[in-house]
Amino acid sequence: MTAQSNGEVVLNLSGITKTFGPLIANDAISFSLKQGEVIALLGENGAGKTTLMNILFGHYVADSGTVTAFGKELPKGDPQAALDARIGMVHQHFTLADNMTVLDNIALGTQKLFWPSFDRAKARQRIVSHAEDFGLSVNPDALIADLSVGERQRVEILKALYRDARILILDEPTAVLTPHETDALFRTLKMLVAKGLSIIFISHKLQEVMAVSDRVLVLRGGKLVGEERTAETDRKALAGLMVGEEIKPPQISEPQTGKTVFRLENVSAKGVGTGADLHDIFLDLKAGEITGLAGVSGNGQAALAALISGTLSPTKGRIHINGETIGSWSPRHALAHKIGRIPEDRHAVGMIGDMSVTENVVSERYLSNRFSKMGFLNWGAARRFAESIIHDFDVKCPSPEARVRLLSGGNMQKLILGRAFDGDPQMILASQPTRGLDVGAVSYVHAQLLKARARGAAILLISEDLDEVMTLADQIVVMSKGRLSAPSRRGARTIADLGTLMAGHGFESASNTAPKEPDHAA
Amino acid sequence: MRLEPKPAPSMAVTLLYPAMAILATFVIAAILVMIAGAAPLQVFGLVIKGAVGSQFALVETLTRATPLIFTGLAIAVAFRAKLWNIGAEAQLYAGAVMTIILGTGAIAAPAGILIPIIIVGAMTAGALLLLGPAILKTRFGVDEVVTTLLLNFIFLLFVSLLLEGPLKDPMGLGWPQSERVVAEARLPRIIQGKRLHYGFILAIFSAIAVWLIMAKSVLGYEMRAVGHNPEAARFAGIPVNRVLVKTALLSGGLAALAGVSEVAGLKGNLTLDISPGYGYTGIVVAMLALLNPLGVVISAIFVAGIFVGADAMSRSAGVPSYISDVMVATALLSMVTAIMLTRFRIRWR
Repeated sequence: MTAQSNGEVVLNLSGITKTFGPLIANDAISFSLKQGEVIALLGENGAGKTTLMNILFGHYVADSGTVTAFGKELPKGDPQAALDARIGMVHQHFTLADNMTVLDNIALGTQKLFWPSFDRAKARQRIVSHAEDFGLSVNPDALIADLSVGERQRVEILKALYRDARILILDEPTAVLTPHETDALFRTLKMLVAKGLSIIFISHKLQEVMAVSDRVLVLRGGKLVGEERTAETDRKALAGLMVGEEIKPPQISEPQTGKTVFRLENVSAKGVGTGADLHDIFLDLKAGEITGLAGVSGNGQAALAALISGTLSPTKGRIHINGETIGSWSPRHALAHKIGRIPEDRHAVGMIGDMSVTENVVSERYLSNRFSKMGFLNWGAARRFAESIIHDFDVKCPSPEARVRLLSGGNMQKLILGRAFDGDPQMILASQPTRGLDVGAVSYVHAQLLKARARGAAILLISEDLDEVMTLADQIVVMSKGRLSAPSRRGARTIADLGTLMAGHGFESASNTAPKEPDHAA
Repeated sequence: MRLEPKPAPSMAVTLLYPAMAILATFVIAAILVMIAGAAPLQVFGLVIKGAVGSQFALVETLTRATPLIFTGLAIAVAFRAKLWNIGAEAQLYAGAVMTIILGTGAIAAPAGILIPIIIVGAMTAGALLLLGPAILKTRFGVDEVVTTLLLNFIFLLFVSLLLEGPLKDPMGLGWPQSERVVAEARLPRIIQGKRLHYGFILAIFSAIAVWLIMAKSVLGYEMRAVGHNPEAARFAGIPVNRVLVKTALLSGGLAALAGVSEVAGLKGNLTLDISPGYGYTGIVVAMLALLNPLGVVISAIFVAGIFVGADAMSRSAGVPSYISDVMVATALLSMVTAIMLTRFRIRWR
């Protein structure tokens, strides 16, 4: 990006410290943002990026330190002050009302209460002019519900611009975008800085940070550990700063492909939450292979994961396990067929936070003779099982009696792995298994999946992280709008090809037919 | 003002806050007593004396605590699985009605056989009364707070119908009351000539049994899992709906035992006023006990003691006995606040 960063300082954070009990979320962080500059705030999950932005926005009160915008110190703990200081934020999870139009969403909250009239024509004209200036094409009269994720993000940016934001903060803006949409977002950001806006771009993806920023600030464990000019650094150096140690990529051997363990044949199902319905899914999972499922969030992955987990029943089609057609289907049936399941949301679905480690790890097999007799639980055996998982999976927790809520995300995930991998399942469903984990935990999860693959388990890895899918998967399928693409072997499709499929193009030939090997075509 | 989550509370904090809640209860009650024109310390002294100050007082308190233990257990069980049973009052009356149907001569058997039949019959009646709301909840997502609460009024009117019709005592001089249960159906007195009866022993055993179920059994584990996080429970293969129905049966059955105990143990016959809201007070009892089955025994005795003591106090100090309702309500609010403060800290700005 062009170096425009010789303007005046528009935002200055000085000595921001925030603690939560024994945890130091932000430790004396100071930096300043100049006019026309893009700063990337880089860091692992839990590095303190979100806490820092919450302080800037007055959602949290810092223990010490000051925030100054355009020369004026912002009062602490007052979200309105940040808005008045012309700071706008685009959250990772959009804050739009689905049942209202783009125009109404943007104008919402800017109108005076008890003011009878609302000059729609003027508001529309302002939106259209901003949209033209910054290449944010969107129809002001469209309903939010009808927009794609990329378009919704544009509405969020327009909303900030409509309120005359001069400083724009984007929190992980690319997490929900396809590669094409990401490129479009970067073009918009360039136009914004050209008009003199300043941008803070929060991310943990190195290539994006390199592509858009003028300066990179690296946070680790709540501390500002590095401040580099983007032009003078590279990905490797930043990765080192971010993680604090070198992480070796996993070594992946050739797959020992076996017979088909799990097969979905022409399966349709209702969507889960706001996600898409499933349409005519064909999926073959073979022993000894990792199948990676790529796709933009909300395209039916949640429904597919729920279907395989047993919590969702198909409305059409058949499930085959080891060649046998399955009659009734529930979580207990899935467990009985030795399917280990790692759910997407470990807090809401994977674990019961208010129950102990022991109570959680036995939840999938408390009825077996091992853990209960005559309707009474054998807590001694359960505790020993918990201790073995804590030991084998290196879980950091005070005791098996500790409430799971108190564990970090990584340790919670290790418990879920321990529970899912008990009894050597023949198949593993790993749904977003590394989301929100730090680098150490991510590589641990990957190693465990590869270990299960080596012993011959069939693995389905559902992930929104394309890098993860392309690194681990022996075959890749792409999901878009509830449809599944034909599979391709490792390396057969480029990022661009996958991006096209993720955007929903190129499915016509693949749908409603049994999977065929696309290798010849590609 | 806002709430921020606190790290796990230490043992000292866990004990200190409930103690402060009790203190706060007395301070607030003291202010009200002063407004009523009496000396708080004197009034509290009279309440305590009236509750536990003599053998008569103690017996009266334990007698009053008996139905509260049953309804408290019924609520504790249901709330643990987050099944909001507000209908313990109706289930109590269902148990009472069944006691009259089985115990007024329909079955001729010695006490050792008749009493167990009455207990089983009454528990079945109470369980069935909660089965409807439970099925409506699990099948159609109907809010059980509404159904169980409204069922209280419906069932009380039904009891009224029975007492004016088929169950009316022909020798009752036209009063809406049932015949008396036969001698073999009576729960014997623990001490001759005192009102305390074996229903109290049954209540203690029930509390221990419920504690065993909650802490040690598969069903108790399932109930806690469903109560804490039904989605995670379902994912793990716990049959959430079936667990809720089982919970409803257990809860309704326990509440019905309060009806058995009041009719067969204390009153001998059924009238429309055998329960001054024991079903609702059971909610307070269970909450004060933090849903712990053994704690329910203690909190039921505490609540009963305040009621009994306040009655005695109002006779001699001239302060209305409504102060007992205020004290129990204040105790509940203070306890709920104390629990919140162990989990969150308040930030002022």
